[in-house]
Amino acid sequence: MKWFDYQAPTTLANTLALFDSHPGAYLLAGGTDLLVQLRAGRKQTDLVLDIKHVAELNEISFDVADGLTLGAAVSCAQTYENAAVKTHHPSLAEVASIIGGIQIQGRASIGGNLCNAAPSADAIPLLIALSAKCRVASSKGERQIAVEDFCIAPGKNAMLPGEILVSLHLPAPKKGSGASYLRFTPRNEMDIAVAGVGASIVLEGGVFKHARIALASVAPRPLFVPVAGDSLIGKPVNVESIEAAAELAKGAATPITDMRGTVEYRRHLCAVLTKRALEAAVKQAQEAK
Amino acid sequence: MSTPSYSVIGTRPIRHDGADKVTGRAIYGADFQMAGMLHGFILRSPHAHARIKRIDTSKAEVFPGVNAVVTTKDFPAVDDSKIVDLGEGNTPLRWARSNVLADGKVLYRGHAVAAVAAVNAHVAEEAAGLIEVEYEVLPCVLTAPEAMKPDAPILHQDLKMKELGETTGKVSNVAEHFRHVMGDIEAGFAAADVVVEREFNTATVHQGYIEPHNATALWNNDGRISIWCSTQGSFVVRDATAAILDIPVSQVKVTPMEIGGGFGGKIPVYMEPVAALLSKKTGRPVKILMPRQAVFEATGPTPGSYMKVKVGAKKDGTITAAQAYLAFEAGAYPGAMVGPAGMTVFAAYDLANVTIDGYDVVVNKPSTAAYRAPGAPNAAFAAESVIDELALKLGMDPLDLRLKNAAKEGTRRADGPKFRRIGCVEVLEAMKNSEHYKSPLEGSNRGRGVAIGFWFNVGLPSSCTLNVTADGTVNLIEGSTDIGGTRTSIAMQAAEVLGLKSEDIHPTVVDTDSIGFTGVTGGSRTTFATGWAAYEAAQDVVRQMKERAAKIWDVPSETVEQAGGVYRSNGHSIGFKELAARIGETGGPIVGRGAVNPRGVGGSFAGAIVDVAVDPETGKTTILRFTSIQDAGKAIHPAYVEGQMQGGSVQGIGWALNEEYFMSGDGRMMNSSFLDYRMPTALDLPMIETIIVEVPNPGHPFGVRGVGEANIVPPQAAVANAIAHAIGTRLTRLPMNPPAVMEAIWQKSTSPRS
Amino acid sequence: MRSKTHVHTKINGEERDFLCEPRQSLLEVLRDTLNMTGTKEGCNDGNCGSCTVTLDGRIVTSCLVLGVEAEGREITTIEGIARGNDLHPIQKAFLENAALQCGICTPGFIVATKALLDKEPDPSEERIRFFLANNLCRCTGYDKIIQAVQQAAKEMQA
Repeated sequence: MKWFDYQAPTTLANTLALFDSHPGAYLLAGGTDLLVQLRAGRKQTDLVLDIKHVAELNEISFDVADGLTLGAAVSCAQTYENAAVKTHHPSLAEVASIIGGIQIQGRASIGGNLCNAAPSADAIPLLIALSAKCRVASSKGERQIAVEDFCIAPGKNAMLPGEILVSLHLPAPKKGSGASYLRFTPRNEMDIAVAGVGASIVLEGGVFKHARIALASVAPRPLFVPVAGDSLIGKPVNVESIEAAAELAKGAATPITDMRGTVEYRRHLCAVLTKRALEAAVKQAQEAK
Repeated sequence: MSTPSYSVIGTRPIRHDGADKVTGRAIYGADFQMAGMLHGFILRSPHAHARIKRIDTSKAEVFPGVNAVVTTKDFPAVDDSKIVDLGEGNTPLRWARSNVLADGKVLYRGHAVAAVAAVNAHVAEEAAGLIEVEYEVLPCVLTAPEAMKPDAPILHQDLKMKELGETTGKVSNVAEHFRHVMGDIEAGFAAADVVVEREFNTATVHQGYIEPHNATALWNNDGRISIWCSTQGSFVVRDATAAILDIPVSQVKVTPMEIGGGFGGKIPVYMEPVAALLSKKTGRPVKILMPRQAVFEATGPTPGSYMKVKVGAKKDGTITAAQAYLAFEAGAYPGAMVGPAGMTVFAAYDLANVTIDGYDVVVNKPSTAAYRAPGAPNAAFAAESVIDELALKLGMDPLDLRLKNAAKEGTRRADGPKFRRIGCVEVLEAMKNSEHYKSPLEGSNRGRGVAIGFWFNVGLPSSCTLNVTADGTVNLIEGSTDIGGTRTSIAMQAAEVLGLKSEDIHPTVVDTDSIGFTGVTGGSRTTFATGWAAYEAAQDVVRQMKERAAKIWDVPSETVEQAGGVYRSNGHSIGFKELAARIGETGGPIVGRGAVNPRGVGGSFAGAIVDVAVDPETGKTTILRFTSIQDAGKAIHPAYVEGQMQGGSVQGIGWALNEEYFMSGDGRMMNSSFLDYRMPTALDLPMIETIIVEVPNPGHPFGVRGVGEANIVPPQAAVANAIAHAIGTRLTRLPMNPPAVMEAIWQKSTSPRS
Repeated sequence: MRSKTHVHTKINGEERDFLCEPRQSLLEVLRDTLNMTGTKEGCNDGNCGSCTVTLDGRIVTSCLVLGVEAEGREITTIEGIARGNDLHPIQKAFLENAALQCGICTPGFIVATKALLDKEPDPSEERIRFFLANNLCRCTGYDKIIQAVQQAAKEMQA
């Protein structure tokens, strides 16, 4: 690992100014991806900007109107220990608790998981299912990116030079809603998803009123599958409708064969996991009543 | 034979190095520091097979902070015919040396090419990146069956195949083909009512110790080299380093630091001679730590293998013939541990007609090293899968089939030796009588599997010195690096003889200048052989203590008897501590010496019973319950015996289910990290139950057999058998990971794939 | 040559100052600069847990923390677990249960176990296994480690 300088700005404005003047800089939140990549030579930089001292990036708050605001540097542990997250987005608390082990969760952030843009990232399919929006800022201004549009290729996100992810925004859950992320890994933890499925639904009178489904590890980027979620809308909650959606999710997957599994196996898992994730989301929605 | 009663042996004292190891005070190899120390980094080949056309180190040499760069040119000229003992076998020096720094060719990705010493490891690594190496990339070959083909790329032009004991002169990737024959295999199969024949494949797997390799060397101004490292055999490091550097062994002193796991993989030398060369060039101590990726890519995994096993039996279960074909991947240099596979494959059975063919095949992967009963788990996976299928076909309980054919005292193995007293039957009976085996297994998609395995264990020389102190304690000096509590299991044997408590013995592991030759901590030999040396040293102390008592009482020393640490003669009696207080006045220091090269090694049988649940939708196997059963001979410290059994079992579970070198076509290991290599975590396992069987080894004073290895032999087959019973079809390839199990379920099912 | 950064921090309750290069991990600083070698390196990429320390009360893998990040923060390492001259109940339980063989993973397990039991005095076996999944042990098969944690939990509650 080559020498780099380190700075820890304390305001968003300073951070953006520094990032603007050092286009090759990397941002350090938890560092659990960045430091590994720098050490392995997959990334190189002259400057690391530690963003953990910027207030906006550490915010975690909830209100009914605006929903959940999750600063980009908030660690997984802070996320799943947060009372509002536990109450309103238990699926987010759950996914934060399966990213890496406890040690990783004390450092790694959901925002970092998103920015790293790995196709296998566990948090992203759930964020897509939950209709999260990304607040992105640069010295020139701010914009919002829907989370399903944030990742564009393995390791590449949609942010322009000078832009940083400030926070994630999740709408407050509606009545009758449930969500779940399920992944398949050979080890029970400390593993990379062979396939993963995030699903969120809203039920009304035993019928799906709303549904969003997204997949991990089966495409060059976390994959939003609107057709699978849409297929459920207006359908009763039963095995047939769920299995039909699962088949659509499977049909959308375009995985590769690698050390984690074959194309065929991964597509098969998409169907299995979509079914299970929907069942878990339905259970959560029904139990919340 | 009546069971002797012991006062120390069989108890569970706190280990002597315990406080150091729970407080972080124990000094492991990487913890060693010296004033003026430089840090090394090794440049490794990105190619699996290539000719080195040119190495230009000039840019690295002038990089700020760099002190020296070395390549193979810095080694002294080598005598091609020289053979060097690497602890668990002999190898030509030129191969041992070129594995340390490549000479002319690189034979696997990760093969060391050059090394840099600099002010810190970051600078050394940066500078290594400036070394220019021009490679001519050659086609690579990655499996034994591929490497055995006539048109396969050849790794070594100087490797001539040995065929059934004869050198053939044929240049080949097959270093050796051996055959063991007993009886008439054709007649045996003709007499069988049922025959099962299967082919098996196992992936390359790594020992996976948590501590990476490390070495610090100082080539002193007087010409002597001091080495501090984590090794299973300090004397092996001494001898191999001296041979590679072409200096007398007396010029090398190796201090074995605490060692963070090895399982056979920390017997070879990798970096010690390189650190020494860098020290010679710089005049300063040089420390090299191996990154985890290099540990996977460049240190001894255990062989992948291709095997065929065929076994025939009569309707009553009598096995009439057994045949095995074993082709093992040695990695870059010969020595695939296929020999031990041939010795163990059918060792659990009393057979009349056997043929075993073994092939030691070089491939473009890292040179394999020992891994806990090396070769035996592969062979047992094949043989015990076939035996299980045979039991199914015969409608017999799988343990009854094994018991009917079990090896016992007097049984001759196909490779020659006749068993002395062994515990095969006792282990099988303990399995059958276990609570686990007697419990029902309920629920769908669940299966129970059993298997048995054998490891012969080894002897090798060991030394031990005991110094009696005036306060009645004893300092024990030994040369066996303590990889899992052997300080204590050795000290307990001395304590037993002396009639002292375990805590009265203070064991210390010392450097190669300070103790007699001691073989590796490996082959399950340390508690057996170094324990025996401690036993002898303690007997020597007792003899001298008797003389001192005799002197005090003015009686002939032959009249003095010792029991439980009390010396008696003719109405006199004195305790060890009281007597120790008087050694100064009765003749001075008492030093007990033990130096042994024991025969009488007692092999160990181990069994495994496992219950699994297989998710029929994902192919994932969950271990529900696991029991390990092993003949320890005599368990000196039962807690650490259980620990060996549990650890070996879990390594076997990892090997069975997920661990593998996942290789790309061009010879790159795609999963060279602890994230992707997928060793079991705490969350992947249940408690591991243990049943210690004790059939004393008549060849050891306390009956010790050695327990480090046999426990890893049966789990892979037991898990395979359990999965077969859960899903109704058999997997014959390791690992049996979720995609593989799912594939087997699909293939079995007549319905189209979902 | 570029200058190192001065870092002021608190380790095991004591204020400490050190100089480090920004690229150096907290693990390197602890081991190479401060000679606190009880914290071990197993993989240097966060996957084995041997380098576990607490940072402001949370366990982290110190290989994935930069030394410079320690500025103004509090760190506890294995060297800070024992209570003066007495072993901590977790350390005693590891010894009494033979929960270590080679011992290289032991410091990380003990630091992680303390973090668990300080917050959750009576965890289930499943919870212990989940919490310790980031700590690899290759020797023991975890059985005796889990038993040691269970024993320590009992003793710490008593």
